[in-house]
Amino acid sequence: MSNAAEIELASVTKQYGSTVAVDRISLKIAAGTYSCLLGPSGCGKSTTLRMIAGHEAISDGDIVFANKVVNDLPPAKRGTAMMFQSYALFPHLDLVDNVAFSLKMKGVDKAKRRAEALEMLSRMQLEAYADRRPEQLSGGQQQRVALARALITKPQALLLDEPLSALDPFLKIQMRAELKSLQASLGMTFVHVTHSQEEAMALADLIVVMNDGRIEQAASPRQIFEKPATPFVARFMGNHNVISGRISAREGERITLETAGGSHFIGIGDKAAAVETASIAIRTDHVRLADEATPGFGFSGFVTNVEDLGATVKLSVQGAGIETFTIVLRDADYFAKPVRTGDAVHLSWAETDTVVLGEVNAS
Amino acid sequence: MSDAEANAPKALFSARSFSIASVSAYLQALPLAIILGAFLLLPIMMIVVVSFWDYDFASMYPDFVTFNYGETLGSWVTWKTYLNTLKYAVIVWAITLVIGFWVAYFLAFHIRTATMQTLMFLVCTVPFLTSNIIRMISWIPVLGRNGLVNTALVNMGIVPAPVEWLLYSDFAVVLAMVHLYSLFMVTPIFNTLMRIDRSLVEAARDAGASGWQILTNVIIPLAKPGMAIGTIFVVTLVMADFITVQVMSGGQSASVALMMKNEMSLLQYPAAAANAVILLTLVLIMVAGILRIVDIRKEL
Repeated sequence: MSNAAEIELASVTKQYGSTVAVDRISLKIAAGTYSCLLGPSGCGKSTTLRMIAGHEAISDGDIVFANKVVNDLPPAKRGTAMMFQSYALFPHLDLVDNVAFSLKMKGVDKAKRRAEALEMLSRMQLEAYADRRPEQLSGGQQQRVALARALITKPQALLLDEPLSALDPFLKIQMRAELKSLQASLGMTFVHVTHSQEEAMALADLIVVMNDGRIEQAASPRQIFEKPATPFVARFMGNHNVISGRISAREGERITLETAGGSHFIGIGDKAAAVETASIAIRTDHVRLADEATPGFGFSGFVTNVEDLGATVKLSVQGAGIETFTIVLRDADYFAKPVRTGDAVHLSWAETDTVVLGEVNAS
Repeated sequence: MSDAEANAPKALFSARSFSIASVSAYLQALPLAIILGAFLLLPIMMIVVVSFWDYDFASMYPDFVTFNYGETLGSWVTWKTYLNTLKYAVIVWAITLVIGFWVAYFLAFHIRTATMQTLMFLVCTVPFLTSNIIRMISWIPVLGRNGLVNTALVNMGIVPAPVEWLLYSDFAVVLAMVHLYSLFMVTPIFNTLMRIDRSLVEAARDAGASGWQILTNVIIPLAKPGMAIGTIFVVTLVMADFITVQVMSGGQSASVALMMKNEMSLLQYPAAAANAVILLTLVLIMVAGILRIVDIRKEL
């Protein structure tokens, strides 16, 4: 129904007085991409979205939308539409008038705008509720109204600010699927802000992990999951253990770390940036319990916690100067040789399961 | 439905504990019931009863006569007085609504910090630290024949002679009433505006609404409950006002309450009571009309 637009941020900065909320981020979102801005609260992801939408003035840099600098354009002139976290439906208007709101602002006459709004509502399977007020709807229905209201402006990009956070877990998964199929059918650029790794993994073509006003990594979900670029990404995505230490030896791509506890670990990677200290990440689900620890690729310690999660069992291990090292075992593997809290275990992993992490280009 | 579910376990308790619970509920409601009964319902009932009594120049006689109403409603003076009072009510309402909305809008949307909002709101209430009468009387040296305004106008050569209609006129009455009652409009509207979700304004802007369109399509519709409550305050206050009308019009204009006061000073209590019942009915009808148009339940 509309053309998708490419969005480009060129060292966009947002300052509030002396605090920097967003620090010179540069990012290119290709047309028709489902992208997720992911990060903990206060990382600047919502501010970034609001700057793209035009609800927040940018302090420095440029926002380019479909090859046009839109820094000073008001939201409606950018070709974006925003879906708000609380949906921001107008409580005094029925669904038709809510959806038709932007057409009314444009001066479209009443019969025409109501007809268009009804059509949009029936696309969202809400025509039965057309004359209700938002408060009479469930959370999922309200969200579809908010989507209908955003889409009726025929935007080139849809900006979603934590759209699923107000829904209960089951509805969340259902609406997630609806969002994904909607984006696929419209072919529109979606920018979705979330703090949920799972949501970002499930939805996005491009995940942009943000921390402290900066982009830590922008890549495909697979890439982020398998090759986290920084310790923050590895920890935030939650599926890696991170070991930091001083570099004691280096042979080509093999880097040997010495931890504060004096243990040695080997990582494979080409991060030239790692000069004196470095971190390596090890996938939690690729660590095995072994008869003895492989030097450089494992250690011995004792179990501090066991959590049976059904399909998997999560063990926390302490040892070799590492406070908590998480291991996720398949249930069959665990119950073949169960261990209990306090048991001594030997851990081992393969060379290929290590990732040497870099740092964000801090200045 | 959820209430019934919540109450279901209570049904398992013994009948005795249930009766104690219900008695304690009545006991809790008692103080307010006594106050409302003794100071509101009883006096109103007395007024209604007295309005049907007979009277002469010196005393009243318990009776059931309707000529108090007949005389009041049949008199041309009554109708003129009611019209005059309604005229004040409409003018003062319209002016306080505009002033009240803009002051509240400024406080709610243009003052950014909560501290500053509270401070500015307190500034609005400063005039209310003195009594009604004093605030009203202070207009006299301002508006009088040789008052501040006239002196200034004459000295600047704008008018050749002092303007007569500034004081002891409808203008003065309306001015004083607007001054006295604006805050009653500001407060409820401010309250309503503060509850408007700011993301609604952004959503409207996102949909391409201009500042004016946001105001007329989002903010004013959502401020209606506050406007309704303010309207109830202002209309009831103006309808019942006699001192402002008396002082500021210099006795040249009349209001219903002033008419009642005069009747009372002539010891015509039953006539005044009949008048009071009529006024009460009229005001209640007006309030009911306002409540029919605007749903204020969410504000309470």
